[in-house]
Amino acid sequence: MTKTRNEIRFLLNGEDVALSQVAPDETLLDYLRLRRSLRGSKEGCAEGDCGACTVLVGRLTDGKLVYESVNACIRFVGSLDGCHVVTIEHLRGEAGKLHPVQQAMVDFHGSQCGFCTPGFVMSLYGLWMKEPKPADAAIEKALQGNLCRCTGYEAIMRAARAISSYGKVAKDPLAVERAAVTEKLTVLRDGSRVEIGAEKHRLIVPADVDDFASILESEQKPTIVAGSTDVGLWVTKHMRDISPVVFIGHLDGLRTISEKDGLVSIGAGVTYTEAFETLSKRIPALGPLIDRIGGEQVRNMGTIGGNIANGSPIGDTPPPFIALGATLTLRKGKARRTIPLEEFFIAYGKQDRQPGEFVEAVHVPVPAKDSYFAAYKITKRRDEDITAALGAFLLTLARDGTVASIRIAYGGMAATPKRARAVEAALTGKPWTEAAVEAAMTKYAEDFTPLTDMRATAEYRMLAARNLLMRFFAESQGGKAPIQVSRHRVA
Amino acid sequence: MNKHASPNLKAAKIAGGVHTDQRHDSAHKHVAGTAVYIDDMPEPAGTLHVGIGLSSVAHGKLKSVDLSAVRSAPGVVDVLTHADVPGENDVSPSGMHDDPVFAEGKVQFHGQPIFAVIAETREQGRSAARLAKIEYEELPGIFDIWNLDPEKDKQVTTPLTLTRGDAAAAIAAAPHRIKNRMKLGGQDHFYLEGQVSLAIPGEDDEVIVYCSTQGPSETQHLVAHVLGVPSHAVTVEVRRMGGGFGGKETQANQCAAIAAIAAKKHGRAVKIRLDRDEDMTATGKRHDFAIDYEVGFDDEGNILGVDFMFALNAGFSADLSGPVGDRALFHCDNAYFYPHVHAKSAPLYTNTVSNTAFRGFGGPQGMVGAERVIDEVAFAVGKDPLEIRKLNFYDPMGAEGERNVTPYHQKVEDNIIHRIVAELAESADYAGRRRTIDAFNANSRFIKRGMALTPVKFGISFTKTESNQAGALVHVYNDGSVHMNHGGTEMGQGLHLKVAQVVAEEFQIDLDRVKITATTTAKVPNTAPTAASSGADLNGMAAQDAARQIRKRLTDFAAEKYQVPTDQVVFLPNRVRIGNQEIGFNELVKQAYLNRIQLSAAGFYKTPKIHWDRAKGRGHAFYYYAYGAACSEVSIDTLTGEYVVERTDILHDTGRSLNRAIDIGQVEGGFIQGMGWLTTEELVWDDKGRLRTHAPSTYKIPLASDRPKIFNVALTDWSQAYEPTIHRSKAVGEPPLPHGMSVLHALSDAVASVADHKICPRLDAPATPERVLMAVERLKAEAAGK
Ligand SMILES: Cc1cc2nc3c(=O)[nH]c(=O)nc-3n(C[C@@H](O)[C@@H](O)[C@H](O)COP(=O)(O)OP(=O)(O)OC[C@H]3O[C@@H](n4cnc5c(N)ncnc54)[C@H](O)[C@@H]3O)c2cc1C
Ligand code: FES
Ligand code: FES
Repeated sequence: MTKTRNEIRFLLNGEDVALSQVAPDETLLDYLRLRRSLRGSKEGCAEGDCGACTVLVGRLTDGKLVYESVNACIRFVGSLDGCHVVTIEHLRGEAGKLHPVQQAMVDFHGSQCGFCTPGFVMSLYGLWMKEPKPADAAIEKALQGNLCRCTGYEAIMRAARAISSYGKVAKDPLAVERAAVTEKLTVLRDGSRVEIGAEKHRLIVPADVDDFASILESEQKPTIVAGSTDVGLWVTKHMRDISPVVFIGHLDGLRTISEKDGLVSIGAGVTYTEAFETLSKRIPALGPLIDRIGGEQVRNMGTIGGNIANGSPIGDTPPPFIALGATLTLRKGKARRTIPLEEFFIAYGKQDRQPGEFVEAVHVPVPAKDSYFAAYKITKRRDEDITAALGAFLLTLARDGTVASIRIAYGGMAATPKRARAVEAALTGKPWTEAAVEAAMTKYAEDFTPLTDMRATAEYRMLAARNLLMRFFAESQGGKAPIQVSRHRVA
Repeated sequence: MNKHASPNLKAAKIAGGVHTDQRHDSAHKHVAGTAVYIDDMPEPAGTLHVGIGLSSVAHGKLKSVDLSAVRSAPGVVDVLTHADVPGENDVSPSGMHDDPVFAEGKVQFHGQPIFAVIAETREQGRSAARLAKIEYEELPGIFDIWNLDPEKDKQVTTPLTLTRGDAAAAIAAAPHRIKNRMKLGGQDHFYLEGQVSLAIPGEDDEVIVYCSTQGPSETQHLVAHVLGVPSHAVTVEVRRMGGGFGGKETQANQCAAIAAIAAKKHGRAVKIRLDRDEDMTATGKRHDFAIDYEVGFDDEGNILGVDFMFALNAGFSADLSGPVGDRALFHCDNAYFYPHVHAKSAPLYTNTVSNTAFRGFGGPQGMVGAERVIDEVAFAVGKDPLEIRKLNFYDPMGAEGERNVTPYHQKVEDNIIHRIVAELAESADYAGRRRTIDAFNANSRFIKRGMALTPVKFGISFTKTESNQAGALVHVYNDGSVHMNHGGTEMGQGLHLKVAQVVAEEFQIDLDRVKITATTTAKVPNTAPTAASSGADLNGMAAQDAARQIRKRLTDFAAEKYQVPTDQVVFLPNRVRIGNQEIGFNELVKQAYLNRIQLSAAGFYKTPKIHWDRAKGRGHAFYYYAYGAACSEVSIDTLTGEYVVERTDILHDTGRSLNRAIDIGQVEGGFIQGMGWLTTEELVWDDKGRLRTHAPSTYKIPLASDRPKIFNVALTDWSQAYEPTIHRSKAVGEPPLPHGMSVLHALSDAVASVADHKICPRLDAPATPERVLMAVERLKAEAAGK
């Protein structure tokens, strides 16, 4: 029998916190600002996009303490059990001395109105601990989730490049206290299930995956919350009632990545950040794509499982996974079934998931060496933007240069992530030539009737989607001229 | 800052005088999260919170408003509607009485406030607001100005016409003529701190409102107007804003009014803080424009005559749309001389949120129109647009010619654009890179490069003459420390710092002896909003005046006491030389105090020389101009329209800068904001008049990774203001924003390459990847058709 506890326990800066009263939808930002009067973290959007609320959350992964930037505005307090929350207030040194990150920001004029600044400091702090001397590309990546309307960022970049000349990571309080904090967190994780609240205000933090499975079978309409990068907005923007909430982001049993026989299996609770290393190594085209999902904070929280489970037609992982021929394991109680990923998406807002069932893992085949794989995301703004159209292509050529097989899947072009079967058919068996590609480009209208919305018109979606096939062709041919614009290659 | 170390009495220079690089006075607090914004202030016990009820239709009659469910929701104390407004239900800043606090009888845009829930918590207020049952009789709405007739359709206020010469005749007689239209989008301010006010009721009719406002005096007057009390009953205070950009010039007033009404009604403190979506939906933005232009020119590309119609989307009320349209006309010449010109504005009524001030205040829109005309001429005569620009510049400062009169009949006396453009073209290697780009494009099938160098001439002064005045209050305490206050507000631009530098300079004391204090209507009355880039120009002068009064009293006192002529009293760093001896500034102050010398003064300044006759369209509208130029290079993907900015070089004129570090920040930030406006920041309304891009998830301002890959910003080190401005510096808030045009035109140049630079791309803004791709397609088709 699992033990049950009725309080959430975590560390907040230097303090032990145990809360027996937590609303299932209470955000960390409200907790900090309203309950604790810690008002250094700001609210700029309450939807995970601006980064003004950025704090660090440290948690144990395989016994190792890892701090990551997160958006406090869409992070629920209930998900913090066993974590160390570090806010801007924790950076205060003796006699008010500024932290190296802070001093660099001051000296390089990195703040103007200052409202975004605590968030930038926290994001840069997170980066500095991982990478004390980051290249510009790494800084930009760490700051994709931080908006500043005043500075134009240049001064912040200068500050970021200089941080390491202001201090050593090893001397940072979080480094010095690492062992002690690790020990504390280990103790906090006592293997209990946490249950708080009653009736319409209930939250549950399962003890482990089996516990989660059994809770799902017994609860009426529970809301599963993994990284809360979707569910957070249901609360802050739509004021939806989400009780009872079952938090699963901490479940080690869902946080595994493994590879067997060319199949990478990713647990549903694996975050984008955690998946990045394996995926970008094994399927290199996925690296730059993952780098353009949300901002760093969202990638640190959001899970691949959530990205699939939410059924969105504009989620960025389903199209490439579908093109790669991924499968999905769903579990209910002790029963598991595995289906082709594309079959999970039935219609808009409708997935092949039964009550009591949850997404356990997705299995992604590593493309064969002689195949070409690419995924292209099109957005209004390059980074931290939701897909207007996303195309993924997996091509295998026969010896004679004809198309042995091609799988093409798109996001943003239909009510679900969807294969371009007419286009695939038009190419299969044909020589892989520009003429064949151009002929296939006329087939898109058979596969897709995209919509017009605030991100793009139907006309643009169609045109750009079609042209992505041409891009894919051009890239498969190699050559010296650039085929895409690049942020990181200097012209 | 404000440390207690004793001042250095031997220093050769004070620490922190004018023309020195200083860090923002609050930087150490910004980075520590200890800088206090309104929402961070400790709430008085019993503070109530507001949830706002917004219209869900864009235009309609209010048939019934049933708020019973709202009233009975948990935590709700009260619900306010127009019936609860004690004074006038209006916050129109222009005296047009067309900006209700709460809609009454009808709604005129989607998102218009109808009621406010006053609740124990913000959460309760917000959720209760959703329970309202409102029935509308929907009326047809106008959501877009593109198809309106600027001559006939409804306008919110009187338009402006500028005329010099006979444009129609000049165009008709010109060897070449082009007539076309341009679509230019609006822009949300996206200040990181949304609208927020905290009202604390006082005795009798008094109330203090802490409000994130750029115009405390106006907020004060409108709160008084809404409460039906004299202005003396209302105090408005703001220490700092988390960004303003014009969005808190008039748009802060409604929230302030709601908080004040509720606070007075309930005798409790009341805070209102809009959620981001509410803020973006219910508050005004930069005006989108439809620009009609006709230009006549010769074979060389000399412009002979221009006719403009600047139609702007005012939204449902006047707000500042009249003056914004005016400023578009004032800048429809950018840096170019038009021998004959006719230009008109049309502030058109629509059923959208009432558009308002935004950094540049219509000026950037005017300049974008001018640059489109340049592009048209350049493509028509087959020259590099930069050549056409140079050909049409106003005469340089000191030239004898006639080519220096603006469309509003002011002489341009301080023109330095030639030198700026020449220096920038040189440092950015415009000519060399032009060849590299051509070579690149010849060998690259899908990716095309483009480059453009665009100038900026920006007029400095409010065109509303009475706004060009400022006040300051300076106290010297008897320990020699100084308290500084003035009418300007701090929104990140470093205004308080610059003014403190001016005061430090006057007294010759270290900057940390000058205390920066919150702007409040109780200390300095009747101030202009901090806008029109004028903050340091006006308030620096007023503070200097105050400091000089005190310094004079100190001088006279010292001269008398030590029996020396006044010219032998010299303020040296942290000390004063009196005849042959030196004493510390603090010591002199102490002695003056003991001798009952008044150590406090109110300073005042009004800008000289300016006048403006709107009816005639003539005058000396601007005290001076600020100049600059930007050169940007981009790469575009002709398959998708995606792009990156490869490099931007900017050379900008801030005269003899008070603080170059701060000014560089303004230039960098202004450019990026201008670039955002013209590239990815797209406001989309649906066919029901609902804004679909009301949060950062859908409205995309630039990120760090949108910066130019190479970004060089320099200030001219040789220019100084032609007029005796504060220490010969120039205003810097708005003038850099239009440098973003260089990116729009670089994109246009890259697009043009797909048709061998033979067809003008007429790239409208914002130039999203979609617009770029569509322009590429259009040019390819046209080129193939020819
Ligand atoms: C600022 C921002 C930017 C974003 N940018 C992108 C982007 O560029 N591309 C993109 O694709 N997405 C983007 N997203 C959304 C993306 O982060 C989410 O889709 C994310 O992947 C969901 O994961 P999560 O763990 O946060 O899910 P949650 O929000 O916790 O849950 C999402 C949904 O999935 C359900 N769920 C979660 N886990 C399971 C499970 N194991 N079994 C069954 N149901 C489950 C939940 O009940 C809920 O319905 C962005 C979000 C934000 C806030
Ligand atoms: S407040 Fe904007 S990301 Fe949290
Ligand atoms: S400093 Fe104002 S938003 Fe960044």
